[in-house]
Amino acid sequence: MTIYNIYIFDRMGTILYQTNWNRLKQSGMSSEEEAKLMYGMLFSIKSFVSKISPLDPKRGFLCYKTSKYALHYYESLTGVKFILNTDITIKNVRDLLHQLYKEIYVEYVVKNTECEMGQPIESELFKLKLDQFIKQHMKSLQ
Amino acid sequence: MGIYGVYIVSKSGGLIFNYDYTVPKIETEQTFSYPLDLKLSCENNRLLVSFGQRDNIKVGHVLLAINGVPVSGRKLEDGKDAIEMLDDVTNYPLNLKFGRPKMTINEKIFLASMFYPLFAIASQLSPEPRSSGIETLEADTFKLQCFQTLTGVKFMVIADPTHVGLEQLLKKIYEIYADFALKNPFYSLEMPIRCELFDTNLQALLEQADKNGINSI
Repeated sequence: MTIYNIYIFDRMGTILYQTNWNRLKQSGMSSEEEAKLMYGMLFSIKSFVSKISPLDPKRGFLCYKTSKYALHYYESLTGVKFILNTDITIKNVRDLLHQLYKEIYVEYVVKNTECEMGQPIESELFKLKLDQFIKQHMKSLQ
Repeated sequence: MGIYGVYIVSKSGGLIFNYDYTVPKIETEQTFSYPLDLKLSCENNRLLVSFGQRDNIKVGHVLLAINGVPVSGRKLEDGKDAIEMLDDVTNYPLNLKFGRPKMTINEKIFLASMFYPLFAIASQLSPEPRSSGIETLEADTFKLQCFQTLTGVKFMVIADPTHVGLEQLLKKIYEIYADFALKNPFYSLEMPIRCELFDTNLQALLEQADKNGINSI
């Protein structure tokens, strides 16, 4: 099982953080451009899902899979969006993302007075903890 | 288990076929007293709930009937204006029926062509080389399975999230498409599919898949 990369957006669509682990292909554009394209796609998918859904959606879009990777989406009640790209075998990513939100984002970003709302995350501690968290899960799920 | 509908999108991204197999009805009928605790607004010639939720009435639902008389657009079937009726205190208590709006054919065409760029961007943003576009899209209320043929035609089925074996179902739909649409001399490529045999065979396939599970076909 592999985790490729993560994107974190705030509720206005600003990219807060993005990083890669075992990424094999770059998208051929700057990371800034890529984040914009990703947010745009998610925005469209969300609107697509809410319209095409036969029943009233509650959480809406959860994930999609292609032949090579799976994209998992988690949105907190405050509108912070976590996007995790993994390989297609992995399960229960929703729980993992919820845990990541609770244990890493809330602990090291929300409670960090140096981190401003709506600004890219610069905290080294957050980067370190996130890296540890993902690597630990990659190992434990293997 | 449950299949909601099938969409076929041509290689240039236009909707060429749509079939709604089961459309769940979400309707709530309730008696309201003055003043109305929901805010309604008129959009696309329909009265939508724009603010306020109660019981099973959600934002985005449309007003379907007042005192059992169906509402079409802003007017009731007997010619009265719906908004005027709701504003008049003397009419209350009123029995109002709200429901999730059904998709119009225009909205379906719009959504089907919207899937095309999403499919392409998903493949472009892939962290692995040579990835396809979206194959399965999951939400809490449904699952969308997409199958793209070598010629670029996309088959999509929308089903309950617990439904399994949608890939085989799509392959079968492709067979029916090849047999009854492509081999029909009156059918021209990229045009909407209007073939009776295709419709009946597709319907039979969906009924069988829904009743006996996917392995029976």
